[in-house]
Amino acid sequence: MGVAAIILIIVLVLVVVFAIFTYNGLVRRKNDTEEAYRQIDVQLKRRYDLIPNLLEGVKKYFRQEQEVLTQVTQARSRAMQPQGVGEQAQSEAQLSGAIGNLFAVAESYPELRSDRVLVDFQEELSSTESKISFARQHYNDSVGSYNTKIQSFPAVLFARAMGFTEKEYFEAQGPERESVTVSYD
Amino acid sequence: MQGGNQGTFRDRIGVNRRNSVFLILAFLVFAIVLGYVIGYAWIGDPIGALFGLVLAFAVGTIGGLVSYFAGDKMVLAASRAAEITHRDAPQLFNVVEEMSIAGGLPMPKVYIIQDTAPNAFATGRDPEHASVAVTSGLLEKLDRDELQGVMAHEMAHVGNYDIRYAMLVGILVGTTVLISDFFLRGLWFGGGRSREGGGYVQIIMMVVAILLAILAPLFARLLQMSISRQREYLADATAVQLTRNPDGLADALQKISGDREVLEVANRATAHLYIVNPVKSFEKRAKGLFSTHPPIQERISLLRAMETGGTVESVG
Repeated sequence: MGVAAIILIIVLVLVVVFAIFTYNGLVRRKNDTEEAYRQIDVQLKRRYDLIPNLLEGVKKYFRQEQEVLTQVTQARSRAMQPQGVGEQAQSEAQLSGAIGNLFAVAESYPELRSDRVLVDFQEELSSTESKISFARQHYNDSVGSYNTKIQSFPAVLFARAMGFTEKEYFEAQGPERESVTVSYD
Repeated sequence: MQGGNQGTFRDRIGVNRRNSVFLILAFLVFAIVLGYVIGYAWIGDPIGALFGLVLAFAVGTIGGLVSYFAGDKMVLAASRAAEITHRDAPQLFNVVEEMSIAGGLPMPKVYIIQDTAPNAFATGRDPEHASVAVTSGLLEKLDRDELQGVMAHEMAHVGNYDIRYAMLVGILVGTTVLISDFFLRGLWFGGGRSREGGGYVQIIMMVVAILLAILAPLFARLLQMSISRQREYLADATAVQLTRNPDGLADALQKISGDREVLEVANRATAHLYIVNPVKSFEKRAKGLFSTHPPIQERISLLRAMETGGTVESVG
């Protein structure tokens, strides 16, 4: 009798300890995904802040191609407006496209290519583009890790009941995403 | 492990945590035995053994604590690394930041070592107290994608807690060497005090102590090397997960390994930290047990295999 009771108690304690670890693991992963999502916004905001400076720096060179600059300005203000997730992705993609366009045009101006200010801004902006996509990539990685955890044993038994539900991946919208690749060496 | 989806650092650091605890426990037992045997051999009775034990324990603990909290600064100072800000090297700083974002890690401190030999390392006790250092030669010789590959590899060491582990291993190896050295030197200058009746036990203990003092640093170093080799493969795989571009790191490794310059600030104590073994004379014996790094061609071909979409078995 005594031995059976002791074994039962040990098993119960182990189950509880295991449940606590699993629960904490889920909470940490859930927080990771939320933190990763915030990081995307941080990087998007950083891009909004960089753009006016860039435009200021290149304005004097762009005489014929004023509409390239206007496109960027418009795409920026569209992207900054509050909107749904799908629309947001769409307008961010347009902004990336417009910036890529700007750099493509800038390539045809020799005096612009050698402008230190522009070269620096190119590095900053292209890096910000990368940071945005790396932030999204990290968000997807952490969502993947979190979802896998929820769907795996033993969390699958109680995760849903405790309010842990699968998160959605961030999907790149449409082919415009591809147009942002501009290389600077 | 599939090239693309290996989860996050969260999924991997558990193994390193366990290894760290195991390593420290194993080392404590070892230090106690070493201290006991040397103490016995030296003074010749169990009280001497106890004295040796306590001394070894104290040296290990104090050295360990100091290194744990200041080890990164010591390594950086020994490598003559200077901290930089975004303004000093915008591209490097951006690349590091990109990789810290890709890994969901805090931004580490960034250092530059003025040396034409291309190389890089990461150090620190955890991602919140991490530093990455690159040589000026690396910045000159690599393009942006290659630099990104290298920094991804370094951030992988940070995220995997390899930096803490490497630091712990360094401390433990250092302490073992210190204790053994101390004993052997003492032996050279005059030998142990013998009490009457120390007799056979003391002689046996002396033989064991000498053997341990000679073998311990060798075993410690062997452990250090084998562990750091596995970690290089894993960090390469993790780096690709961060950049999604195996080419960058593969090209960088190719360039760095093709470079014949010697990194003057690196020595045997810091060699295992670097992305590519900086002590070139070592390279010829790279297949040996004492190499801190796996053969670089093997790392490159593993990376090239990922790029063609093949499944790569992780060695780590």
